[in-house]
Amino acid sequence: MTHTRKLAAQALFVALLLVLLGGCSERSVDAGLVLQRGLPADPESLDQHKARSIQAADVLRDIGEGLVGYSPTGLLMPAAAERWEVSADGLTYTFHLREQARWSNGDKVTAGHFVFGLRRLVAPATGAFYANLLAAVVNAPEIVAGELPVDALGAEAPDDLTLVLKLARPTPYLLSLLAHPSTFPLHPASVAKFGERFARPGKLLSNGAFVLQAWVPGSLLALRRNEYYWNNAATALDGVNYHVVIQDSAELNRYRAGELHVTSTVPPDNFAGLRAQYGSELHVAPYLGLYYYGFNLLREPFKSNATLRKALSMAVDREMLAEKVLGRGEAPAYSFVPPGVDNYLPTVFSFTPLTKHERETLARRLYKEAGYGEAKPLKIELRYNTSDTNKKIAVSIQSMWRDVLGVETTLINEEFQVLLANMRDAEVTQVFRSSWIGDYNDAHTFLSTLQAGTATNMPRYASADYESLMKRAAEQVDLGRRRLYLEEAERVMLADHPVIPLYFYVSRHLVSPKVGGWGDNVLDYHYSQHLSLSATD
Amino acid sequence: MLRYTLLRVLGAIPTLLLVIALAFLMVHAAPGGPFDDERALPADVAANIERAYRLDEPLPRQFARYLSGLVRGDLGPSYRYRDYTVSELIGAAFPLSLQLGAMAMALAIVVGVCAGTVAALQQGTYLDRTVMAFSMTGISIPVFVVAPVLVLFFAVKLHWLPAGWSSSAGASRMVLPVITLALPQIAYIARLTRASMIDVLGRDFIRTARAQGLGTLTVVRLHALKPAMLPVLSYMGPAIAAIVTGSVVVEEIFGIPGLGQFFIRAALNRDYTLVLGIVVFYAALIVLLNLIVDVLYGAIDPRVRYR
Repeated sequence: MTHTRKLAAQALFVALLLVLLGGCSERSVDAGLVLQRGLPADPESLDQHKARSIQAADVLRDIGEGLVGYSPTGLLMPAAAERWEVSADGLTYTFHLREQARWSNGDKVTAGHFVFGLRRLVAPATGAFYANLLAAVVNAPEIVAGELPVDALGAEAPDDLTLVLKLARPTPYLLSLLAHPSTFPLHPASVAKFGERFARPGKLLSNGAFVLQAWVPGSLLALRRNEYYWNNAATALDGVNYHVVIQDSAELNRYRAGELHVTSTVPPDNFAGLRAQYGSELHVAPYLGLYYYGFNLLREPFKSNATLRKALSMAVDREMLAEKVLGRGEAPAYSFVPPGVDNYLPTVFSFTPLTKHERETLARRLYKEAGYGEAKPLKIELRYNTSDTNKKIAVSIQSMWRDVLGVETTLINEEFQVLLANMRDAEVTQVFRSSWIGDYNDAHTFLSTLQAGTATNMPRYASADYESLMKRAAEQVDLGRRRLYLEEAERVMLADHPVIPLYFYVSRHLVSPKVGGWGDNVLDYHYSQHLSLSATD
Repeated sequence: MLRYTLLRVLGAIPTLLLVIALAFLMVHAAPGGPFDDERALPADVAANIERAYRLDEPLPRQFARYLSGLVRGDLGPSYRYRDYTVSELIGAAFPLSLQLGAMAMALAIVVGVCAGTVAALQQGTYLDRTVMAFSMTGISIPVFVVAPVLVLFFAVKLHWLPAGWSSSAGASRMVLPVITLALPQIAYIARLTRASMIDVLGRDFIRTARAQGLGTLTVVRLHALKPAMLPVLSYMGPAIAAIVTGSVVVEEIFGIPGLGQFFIRAALNRDYTLVLGIVVFYAALIVLLNLIVDVLYGAIDPRVRYR
């Protein structure tokens, strides 16, 4: 008995040791010059059509290559296509691909691979998140809706190196859409061979500067140099490790410990201290993103009371919010489209030039006109998704509205998914927090979110003038005239006050002095192929 | 014994079914879905996605499909990690969590029992008070405070150990997470051992052993340690539970791709299949652990077996 028990105990001990020592197979890239980057979460997928998030797009831009790409400073430049022509009516784009372009298995990248990728993007069976990205391409919306077969798509490959895109309406920002990963080419044979699992490490073919070597969900994505990339000679790095770090404070610690060269963000707390400590390593740059509060325009008290909405918007001290409450380089927002967008000058609220005192006086007058006052104060609920920053902002605005107007605001914080569901239902919401990050560098990505009937129009804004201006803008081939319509549309919308723009986002990164080639840009795109790494500081 | 074990296993099946049904209803009742986002999707795109992931089916049918998959050992595809199945994710994450938990547990038992025994033998002295003060601190400081402080000191200042999991491939990346996870358990076990040891040392059979001329170490090793371990053994169940819940925080802070981290993220992302998969997995595990503890208790204390 004692003997068997001893044996059992020994077996248990050995099993435990095996457990402790097992599972240590390693996979990070560690030979040569390897850049260590932080990533705030795993990509949903490296199948470009199942991916959706910003971080997924960041990784996909390193692995794949579209017809066009962006320079470190955010300028469009040729990528897989070396040149292109646009017809006079703006409806036909002809791209000429590079003859040297290769997949990571040595196969040629052909125009047919782009057509294959684009058809898969719009095919209903794919369930792609950005299926409507190329809505301007002939028949794309009908294919997404299941009314036409995929081969009806206005994308053709007359020969291996020529791709023709036919548009249903002029789309001056088409090129910036073609830098989006969901428009990248796909290798048909590998998709046919591996099916839904083609995007796994060891199977995923890449036509970009790097190849996926390993992916440990929740921890690491390891990329190594793609020797077959047409511009491989210009790639300085031998590999990139994307470390998944969810907490920004943990990411900062890893940067401090020298384990990361580039962080995906910087913690909001003690920002002044970080700035003093890191100086030029801290990169803060304007970013195509807006943080705003929306009104529920389907219900009272806001449905029929634009004066009240205006009063609330004017009573917010945006400078105070951006500089004192946040203090991380954010710009106060007086428009819906952020500054820095190509071919556009954002229109601002008419009250922008007024002083704080003048604004508040006017806000009080409007508040009275709207039917409220000391005897009958407005009582509203403000909903935001749980986060320290959101809370700080909500508390400040609650006190601004109370001090300036006497509004009684109840703050309600909700889990993100709950807030989204409430916003979508538009039943209980009154004022809610939201934001928008531009998908491409054009005012359209912002202004189209408030068009009637779109799912992104959370305030349920509906204005015939706005719709007709947006429609006329969409018909223009001439960039200058299109711009005038868009700017006028924004002016009309701002005057209706469906939203309170609060501030424009900034991108924040810590970049080690060892890293070269870094450029700040409004899109916050930082292709690893443009970066280099020196062995010493 | 075999009959008893079999009965326990069979008895667990309705429990598991109930857990699955409740978890299924709860994740689907939570507001929002796996594909909701601030950038809301156009209706036809959203419909295509729901069809592609078969979320357009009525709930009872989804549940039936889930159960039939479960019987075949298929936990379905993850909605958040779209290139992976739930089984793959759990299969990769669980060994890590187990490794982390087992090491933390081993450390906690060894250090906790030693410290507790020493404190009991030196009852009332300066050493005893120091051990007890340390253990009180260990119990009261939460993991999410201990972890960053350890990282700041050992990784950022001294550069002895990596701050994050994926930065190193060696065993060094285990050190800080294991210590963080073990600290509160060391404290509990030390206090339990001390109290129980003091109680045992006052018993008649210990006095008899001493009267036979045995030294303190021999008395403790041969006679006192085993009976003094009973409360510690009973505490193993709650301790394992505490380590499982503690690992959620530790895994997130150190970036360890373990089960705890996936569980939290899956719940927040409404990754239905992953949440369900982990719940089912944990439920099965808890049933199993309860069984093992019962059997072990019987093996150590014959009175339990014969009662």
